[in-house]
Amino acid sequence: MFAYYLQLGLRSLKRNPILTALMIVGIAMGIAASMTTLTVMHLMGSDPIPWKSDKLHYVQLDNWGADAPYTEDGRPPDQVTYRDATALMTAAKADKQTAMFKVVKPVQPENREVKPFQAQGRATFADFFAMFEPPFRYGHGWNRDQDAGHARVIVLGSEMNEKLFGGQDSTGRSVRLDGADYTIVGVLADWKLRTRYYDLTVGAFAEPDEYFVPFTTMIDLKQRASGNNSCWRAPGTGWDAYLDSDCVWIQMWVQLDSPARLAEYHAFLDNYVNEQKKLGRFPRPLNNRLLDVNQWMVDQRVVSRDVQVQTGLGFAFLVVCLVNTIGLLLAKFSRKAGEIGLRRALGASRREVFKQFLIESGVIGISGGVLGLVLTGVGLLAVRALYAEYKTVATLDLTMVATTLVLAVVSAILAGLYPTWRACRVQPATQLKL
Amino acid sequence: MEIRPILSALMRSKVSMILIGLQVALTLAIVCNALFIIHERLQRMDRPSGMNEADTFIISSTGFGQGFDVKSSQQADLALLRSLPGVADATSAITVPMSQSGWSTGVSLKPNQTTDTASTALYLVDAHGLSAYGVQLVEGRDFKPEEVQFKTFNERVVPTSVIVTRALAQRLFPDGDALGKQVYYDNEGPASTIIGIVERLQTPWLDSDFIDNSTLAPVLFPYGNATRYVVRAEPGRRDEVIKVVEQKLQEANPSRILSKVRTLEQVRAEGYANDRAMAIILGAVIFALLAITALGIVGMASFWVAQRTRQIGTRRALGATRFDILRYFQLENFIITSIGLVVGGVLAYALSLWLMSAFQAPRLPWHYVPVGFLCLWTLGQLAVLGPALRASRVPPAVATRSV
Repeated sequence: MFAYYLQLGLRSLKRNPILTALMIVGIAMGIAASMTTLTVMHLMGSDPIPWKSDKLHYVQLDNWGADAPYTEDGRPPDQVTYRDATALMTAAKADKQTAMFKVVKPVQPENREVKPFQAQGRATFADFFAMFEPPFRYGHGWNRDQDAGHARVIVLGSEMNEKLFGGQDSTGRSVRLDGADYTIVGVLADWKLRTRYYDLTVGAFAEPDEYFVPFTTMIDLKQRASGNNSCWRAPGTGWDAYLDSDCVWIQMWVQLDSPARLAEYHAFLDNYVNEQKKLGRFPRPLNNRLLDVNQWMVDQRVVSRDVQVQTGLGFAFLVVCLVNTIGLLLAKFSRKAGEIGLRRALGASRREVFKQFLIESGVIGISGGVLGLVLTGVGLLAVRALYAEYKTVATLDLTMVATTLVLAVVSAILAGLYPTWRACRVQPATQLKL
Repeated sequence: MEIRPILSALMRSKVSMILIGLQVALTLAIVCNALFIIHERLQRMDRPSGMNEADTFIISSTGFGQGFDVKSSQQADLALLRSLPGVADATSAITVPMSQSGWSTGVSLKPNQTTDTASTALYLVDAHGLSAYGVQLVEGRDFKPEEVQFKTFNERVVPTSVIVTRALAQRLFPDGDALGKQVYYDNEGPASTIIGIVERLQTPWLDSDFIDNSTLAPVLFPYGNATRYVVRAEPGRRDEVIKVVEQKLQEANPSRILSKVRTLEQVRAEGYANDRAMAIILGAVIFALLAITALGIVGMASFWVAQRTRQIGTRRALGATRFDILRYFQLENFIITSIGLVVGGVLAYALSLWLMSAFQAPRLPWHYVPVGFLCLWTLGQLAVLGPALRASRVPPAVATRSV
């Protein structure tokens, strides 16, 4: 019977091509609007490291001045001071830990054909690689001894290795940044991060880091961070005074492998701050935070309000499209009262009539879904054109394709249910009279 | 009038009526709020930066290696830039409005004040700063070359003389006598004297709550070995000047790295890219919603006309004119739309309240809803016109035919 009903449905849809097109386009547009916005929102906020996002915690300490909080709502600063970062690194109370900051340095290629260029990288510690797990193509990260020894080593991103060495295994060779030579210990494979979640202080969709160098080495070279720097009182004159100041400019992450370790670390931090209070620092009440990756992403509004509003509107639009389709299907099915009456009089059960019309709405749903999927693709291209920085999140993945199709069919069947139910309540007798 | 027969006819197809009404209601609620958001964004994008945006561009130069002296290189570059034909003026600067990155600090009226009197952006420029930015001095005087200090990282920057925007002057000295007054950019002093006031210069941050509070200070402040230059070309010569500047700077020191030139127009476009995108997306949603709703009304009305062909024929046979039939369908649509609009008006305010609480959005101004009423009434009347005209052409003879 299914094939026959399908045939009937298709024939009936062909009879009113304009009405059919209207319904399909309506569903498709609703689906496209809601799925485009949902995809962007979903990918923006999606967990970047699901297997350990609850173990990685972002350290926040409230070292701000007594007179005014760092933010109006009382959240602690989003970065830490050099003093506190080094104290926490030396204490090494977490399972793994790394402080880091963004640097921009001139690169002087050995190859004279390649002109010197500015490249953005990251000063960090050996644990970075074990904590955030970037994939290596050649070699490996540096080790803790090299951190302690302020070694001149570097890990290149795949793009920079491509630019400088044509993608070959460059480990053991050296690269010159701002007049100093660094030995390459590792080269990353393509590290596809949707959001650069390990540093949200300069935007979640910023360009990826092109290289990684030891934090300790950068401090030796008096390398200033290229990210944000905030001070609640003037740092004084000179590099040493700056390192000793209450200016925050460093991001600090710890890996804590169990809830018990998290509680221990929290206690350790509170204890640390209380000790610092005795030295006259940390004038504000205790306000330490250890948010995990996902909490930190919510806190930093990785999914912007605009995107949330757009998604809400996308779904409201889908509701309007569905209401529209219900109305049109109702109109269409009620014109068929005569046909239904005839089928019922000839012995078809309500169930059969229900099936027949549900298949017809299902056809509209699937067509709308397929067209909607195509339009979603177009929508995502438009999002990319409008928001240059969203190129990593405006893409369709398999889950979203499946969700789109399911949403389309469910929407169309929901929209078709009431008209279909009405259609099979037709009394054969009233329809057969002339 | 025919309202009673229309109402009793509508009561017989309640569901269809409710569906159209609901669609109109949702459309009104969404369109009003979306239009308001668009209006807000356009207003935001329309704010002047205070700079000459049409003729100005920025370029950064980074030197490296031993033997690079940023101070002399900066002086040589500035002299070179100012000598080029077509360049009106140039300065070194850390930032420009709308670029979203820069320096901010607090300003106090007294030393060691616990809370700052105002927040301000800090523009560090040389004596050509005002001219290169193209900002307008309204009171006092410009910087003199001998006032310009040279500072590097890790040195305290405490300018002795500053030029502030009118908004900041007003905030610090509401009586309007800011010129010549002393203020504190560093709690421990020394004081800075306000020597001039400019009409307007936005801070670099488009979202800041002190966007009109800026301070210009005469300080050359390279960022490590990097310096940014702001160059203003003579009117209409920007693009030719850019080419010359890129070439001459590279020739002057072949081993440095020059950033890509960004015109202030590009800086503005990038700064407001998200607002522009939001406005375009919401515009597209509004267009699609109105189209879907209009097509829905056309579809439903066509169906009603077809369903009532015989009744129309009967009415015509009993003496109703074509105009009566037309008016019947127009009036019917007007009634349904009006019911939907009343519900939609409530929904629009409810949606606005929700946006206010969830996203700290401002309240929807009341006049959006009545304007939305007018638009949707018009849309409904136009949408139903086609089917209604078709109905009015049904010949009376139809009444006599069976099926």
